[in-house]
Amino acid sequence: MNYIDGFRNPEVAAQFVRMIAEQGRALAGQGRRVRIMEVCGSHTMAIGRYGIRQLLPENVELISGPGCPVCVTDPGYIDTAIALAGKGAILATFGDMIRVPGSDSDLTACRSGGGDVRVCYSPSAAVELARAHPEREVVFLAIGFETTIAPVVSIVEEALRAGVRNVSLLTAFKLVPPALHALLADKEIKIDAFLCPAHVSAIIGSRAYEPFAAAYRVPCVIAGFEPLDILYGVHGILGQALKNEARVENQYARVVRPEGNPKAQARIARYLEPVDASWRGIGVIPSSGLGLRTEFAAYDAERKFGLPVRPGRQHAGCRCGDVIKGKLRPTACALFAKVCNPDQPVGPCMVSAEGTCAAYFKYTLPEEKRGGGK
Amino acid sequence: MCLAVPMKIVEIRADGKGVADLGGSRQVVDLSLVTDARPGVYVIVHAGFAIETLDQAEADATLALFEEIAQGASEGAVAE
Repeated sequence: MNYIDGFRNPEVAAQFVRMIAEQGRALAGQGRRVRIMEVCGSHTMAIGRYGIRQLLPENVELISGPGCPVCVTDPGYIDTAIALAGKGAILATFGDMIRVPGSDSDLTACRSGGGDVRVCYSPSAAVELARAHPEREVVFLAIGFETTIAPVVSIVEEALRAGVRNVSLLTAFKLVPPALHALLADKEIKIDAFLCPAHVSAIIGSRAYEPFAAAYRVPCVIAGFEPLDILYGVHGILGQALKNEARVENQYARVVRPEGNPKAQARIARYLEPVDASWRGIGVIPSSGLGLRTEFAAYDAERKFGLPVRPGRQHAGCRCGDVIKGKLRPTACALFAKVCNPDQPVGPCMVSAEGTCAAYFKYTLPEEKRGGGK
Repeated sequence: MCLAVPMKIVEIRADGKGVADLGGSRQVVDLSLVTDARPGVYVIVHAGFAIETLDQAEADATLALFEEIAQGASEGAVAE
């Protein structure tokens, strides 16, 4: 038993598809469409990979929200990272970041030009790098949602414990609940339900969604990332819609507790405090990010090196912002698969493996249109 | 980005970190964000950290429900 295969059983999937089709017909009988937004890039990819969108009735729509932390990172952040590399710092980063466009360049070009950019699987590697290079400064590109924040901020905990001073974080942490508020408050975006993220929820807990279900009357169903998890989630949402209910349903109870993970929450609260954050495509959302507390300024790259992140410039034709908000399907962007593809991405939604445009490119375009793209 | 996989803890090292296994492939996992991590327990691993433990009773209950669905059980069992 590995708790993976059981959640990919094709017979169960077929049965779910039949049940969802029945719910779709019942909703159609009432003249209703249901727009479900997923706000997690791992859901976006799983929906693409398993072809789930194509298995749903016509009146049940899955739209992708701002679920990819790479995609919502402001280009100005990349500009500051490149400037830090120019000062001789070692940039340590998750692999997703290295091709994200800044205003004029990206980290891949920075590396070709002599910048020291290292890809890490775990943030712990940043402290090891700092120890191995005591004469250099190591800057970790600290992006991510709640899931990733506690592991990344552990860099500071480990550095304090080990007395390592030549490591710092360039923070662009983002929080999911404030983004949900911003999306629901935007009258141009119609969302009937949320398929809530699996591992963000493991940290913040299922109760975190109760205000949304109550105030905006949207069903919030927490689902895992396996294909059956997602179908079960859609089935749960449609079940609520048919009964005109709006509540939080935790279908990922094998991992998500009502109160979340208190140890991770405590570590986050010890080192970080809420800050206003700029989301690419959405703009500044109050208290939607986390920055290092003043007492840990020595580990904050912006303050340590006097290089604050300023808003950057985006490609004029890129519609990633509207894609992120669920206003535009990637295929409706004039650049999609014409000048923008995974080999030559224009916007971050095509760069990141979990970006909405990358998922559409990889899983919905016919082979001949994908051309050289992966 | 938030992808994480369930891995089984097979050993707790002297430094407090764990060794976790997924289908024979093993890796060192930081256990400082979870409680009750011990050999035999499944943890959800993200970026080298266990971010939560997997509740096997809950997982088994969901799998049992799926099993019922596969056998064409009535829809009411799922909707509730």
